[in-house]
Amino acid sequence: MYQLLNTLYVTTDKAYLRLDHETLKVDVEGTTKLQVPLHHLGGIVCFGNVLVSPFLLHRCAEDGRAVVFLDHHGQFKARLEGPVSGNVLLRRAQHLAVSDSIKPPLIARNIVAGKIQNARQIVLRAARETDNPEDIAFFTECANTLLGLLASLESSTELEQMRGIEGNAARAYFSVLGRMVRVDREAFGMNGRSRRPPLDRMNALLSFLYTLLLSDCVAAAEAVGLDPQIGFLHALRPGRPALGLDLMEELRAVLADRLALTLINRQQITRDDFHQRPGGAVLLEDEARKTVVVAYQKRKQDEVQHPVLGQKVPFGLVPHIQARLLARYLRGDLSIYPPFLYR
Amino acid sequence: MDVLVAYDVATDTKAGERRLRQVAQICKDFGQRVQKSVFECSVNDMQLEQLRHRLLQCMDQQKDSLRIYRLVEPRERYVEVYGKSDYVDFDAPLVV
Repeated sequence: MYQLLNTLYVTTDKAYLRLDHETLKVDVEGTTKLQVPLHHLGGIVCFGNVLVSPFLLHRCAEDGRAVVFLDHHGQFKARLEGPVSGNVLLRRAQHLAVSDSIKPPLIARNIVAGKIQNARQIVLRAARETDNPEDIAFFTECANTLLGLLASLESSTELEQMRGIEGNAARAYFSVLGRMVRVDREAFGMNGRSRRPPLDRMNALLSFLYTLLLSDCVAAAEAVGLDPQIGFLHALRPGRPALGLDLMEELRAVLADRLALTLINRQQITRDDFHQRPGGAVLLEDEARKTVVVAYQKRKQDEVQHPVLGQKVPFGLVPHIQARLLARYLRGDLSIYPPFLYR
Repeated sequence: MDVLVAYDVATDTKAGERRLRQVAQICKDFGQRVQKSVFECSVNDMQLEQLRHRLLQCMDQQKDSLRIYRLVEPRERYVEVYGKSDYVDFDAPLVV
């Protein structure tokens, strides 16, 4: 079984990462802040002005350790890609599958079904946990809408139709997400999803978490030997990690959205942790970003029951497991791609 | 698994000093220094084998001594630490 390795997040300005024998050293202005044996690290994520020595980059590329560069705000900038690895037969199967007429809708349908199901679990849980009758009514209505969309998904065969259903489900879900906030609802209210740039605090927090989750999903696809750009639900576009986005769909609500709500409701993130830029973009402050990263890392270590494996696994391994299940489907070892269903 | 590595290297010769540096570096590759010649390493079976092999290759069996203790896990429950400590849990969120 693949082991969940730690990810190192470097948010300190002017940090210098270098290779020292079999360890990674983080120097900040001449003093060593951290020295970690490489075998603990599955990936490195650098925010903003962080330098990485060429030899460390070479080593990470050789070992298939993910190195991701984000800007100060957590926007994706670049990713280190080593020599093409993995199994060429698997990759070929993936490329054939995407131009096949049968497989993409079958995969996409299960991904969307997983996504809607998981979102619905979050909504139902919110309905159970609140006493406000108005909120309960909204949650129940949303859960019913999602159930209806699941039913229409079952009969749809066209990719475009499924993307439409997914869009409707997302709209219904995001229209009630703001109601799950229990403290300072005024600051964390949300008027649907906005991105590039996020226009309110909740969207800023979600965008940041999605960036972290996406880089984990892309790394998972790569680790399994799949091409992260060849997706099934998401259309192919230059530079777009379509498969990473596909793998992420089932996990958005249960991993990122739930975490955002927890952070707000426990007041680990408050209204003052954001700043607004001219033009309306809302962004997370530096210190708050650290809080979010730490919480995200902890969340990945939480154990969750995997319905297909029938055993408990760390949350952070779920993208890897799903990528593996997808690979097995693409190679014909499984008759369907089973999405991750959260209970 | 967590292991504790402790060593004494005879440093009365140039070669001894060299061995001391090498042994320390090997330990650093697998874990972290908790006292002058005491390291705690969190390794899997294969890594433990590599660690042991590299240490044994490096040390002088006539002059030096090496001890590897297997720690009872979870570490935080069974290892008592007093005084100054810079221990970093490499499995906890790593944010710098």
